[in-house]
Amino acid sequence: MKYQSQRVAYWYFLAAMAVFSVQVLGGLWAGWIYVNPNFFSEAVPFNIIRMIHTNALIVWLLLGFFGAAYFLVPEESERELQSPLLAYVQLGILLLGTAGVVVTYAFDLFHGNWLLGKEGREFLEQPVWVKLGIVVAALIFLYNITFTVLKGRKTAITNVLLLGLWGLVLLFLFAFYNPGNLSLDKMFWWYVVHLWVEGTWELVMASILAFLLLKLTGVDREIVEKWLYVIVATALFSGILGTGHHYYWIGTPGYWKWIGSIFSSLEVVPFFAMMSFAFIMVWKGKRDHPNKAALLWSLGSATVAFFGAGVWGFLHTLHGVNYYSHGTQITAAHGHLAFYGAYVSVNLAIITYAMPILRGRDPYNQVLNMVSFWLMTGGMAFMTFVLTFAGVIQTHMQRVLGDNFMDVQDGMALFYIMRWGAGLAVVIGAILFIYAQLVPGREVIARDAKQEA
Amino acid sequence: MREVMTKTMARNVFYGGSLFFIAIFLFLSFNSVGYIKNTSTSTATLTDSVVAGKRVWEANACIDCHTLLGEGAYFAPELGNVMRRWGVQDDPEDAFDMLKGWMEAQPSGIEGRRQMPQFNLSDEQIRNLANFLLWTGTINTQSWPPNDAG
Repeated sequence: MKYQSQRVAYWYFLAAMAVFSVQVLGGLWAGWIYVNPNFFSEAVPFNIIRMIHTNALIVWLLLGFFGAAYFLVPEESERELQSPLLAYVQLGILLLGTAGVVVTYAFDLFHGNWLLGKEGREFLEQPVWVKLGIVVAALIFLYNITFTVLKGRKTAITNVLLLGLWGLVLLFLFAFYNPGNLSLDKMFWWYVVHLWVEGTWELVMASILAFLLLKLTGVDREIVEKWLYVIVATALFSGILGTGHHYYWIGTPGYWKWIGSIFSSLEVVPFFAMMSFAFIMVWKGKRDHPNKAALLWSLGSATVAFFGAGVWGFLHTLHGVNYYSHGTQITAAHGHLAFYGAYVSVNLAIITYAMPILRGRDPYNQVLNMVSFWLMTGGMAFMTFVLTFAGVIQTHMQRVLGDNFMDVQDGMALFYIMRWGAGLAVVIGAILFIYAQLVPGREVIARDAKQEA
Repeated sequence: MREVMTKTMARNVFYGGSLFFIAIFLFLSFNSVGYIKNTSTSTATLTDSVVAGKRVWEANACIDCHTLLGEGAYFAPELGNVMRRWGVQDDPEDAFDMLKGWMEAQPSGIEGRRQMPQFNLSDEQIRNLANFLLWTGTINTQSWPPNDAG
């Protein structure tokens, strides 16, 4: 750890991993309801579990991004954070909001209240007071990071990271706009959801990946940063108008069918570029960095993101295909692998890289960590395959033949059982990962060994 | 890429290109808002009851089981066309009766069957919700979904 204030990242990563465990356990529960629909169905209905599963995902990924920013910005800017205290205040607000959300959902508190009750638009279900808290936390964060960057050395990595984070926060403001007209609501809802995951988050991911590869491979900064700009250029050129692939069937004009199909097809390009970038840097790199697990996660992230977001996204993005596949298990398959590859893995990569440094020791539990990578990645891949098969069957029976939804679902029971097994592997992998981070094993040689950075 | 482009060039392409695409996107968004307001949805029939029904839909997190115009969870049926599927799209009274009967029968309690919770909605809330789903059924969705199964 070169700068003392990087230490705040440690607490962000701990919080992220805690919420990560809530997310995967929620997923396991939700998957079990598909297998056994009567499981606590009156005490905890499916929609409650699903809200916790998806919201916890978003929150822990953001906590990870914030932690990553607090870790890498001082190092890139070559100075201490503007205010470590504010960073802790920000974390406190976010954790308070998270706890508030879980309690509000679980007990349906303040039902229908405009300020305190849940809002109930997908992924943006948080009560208004939590949303306001998120904005306050985000403003604190932006202040802290922006001033650190402005007063220090400016690099392409911090440039792109800042741009992504500013965009992320500004777009979140659309979460407060909820018109009575459902089509307008949906159109601007995607301003948050799509322009996050297929826009600004890609910037954050690319810059974290660039930082990791710079450190792990020792390739010249000039080369890494040129790649970074090319990647994020292709991400935004395709992703912004790629929003059109959500504007096919919600009451928006017909021209989106063509704009959406063309530009969202190109969304595979930045993910292919990120994968190529990662492997080429490793081949070119001369450094033999001791943190092999971080390297595995970095390469794995870029690769799985290419398949999950790129290939599986393209699979159903053309409007002629999407007309039949929209809103089936194919969407679920794509969503799971894309989020896992792009955002879960990149977070676990930076956590794997940073934790030994933050704790002032050599990389530890690397084998266990790599086992957790293969368990989680294998589980997610298998889950994606079975959901894709299920989705193809669903698309044919329901959308082509016109069979009733529940009859079709009953015919897919075997796939849901296999999906749950795959989910169990992911959960075990996640537990191993968290254990590997929290409980350093005996392979550590010297406690105060300086990490090559 | 080494000779083709310098870092500064790459950066300028990124900033310039992004601004260009943001401008196009904003223009098309503006155009789409007009299209929604004037063409694809009926603002005349967007009554207070429809908006109140939308709030009922949201307050009960219906979207976290069902899909609406294909978006949501995939646990329970699509509801954008539910009133057409029930054959009551053109009759608000029948739509109310159908929905009331449905809501009051939940949960079914049948073993091995996905369960919908009992939401304890008032008649007024059910009427608003029915009106919201009826209104949603009138949106021009480029003829999605392909059939009544949703």
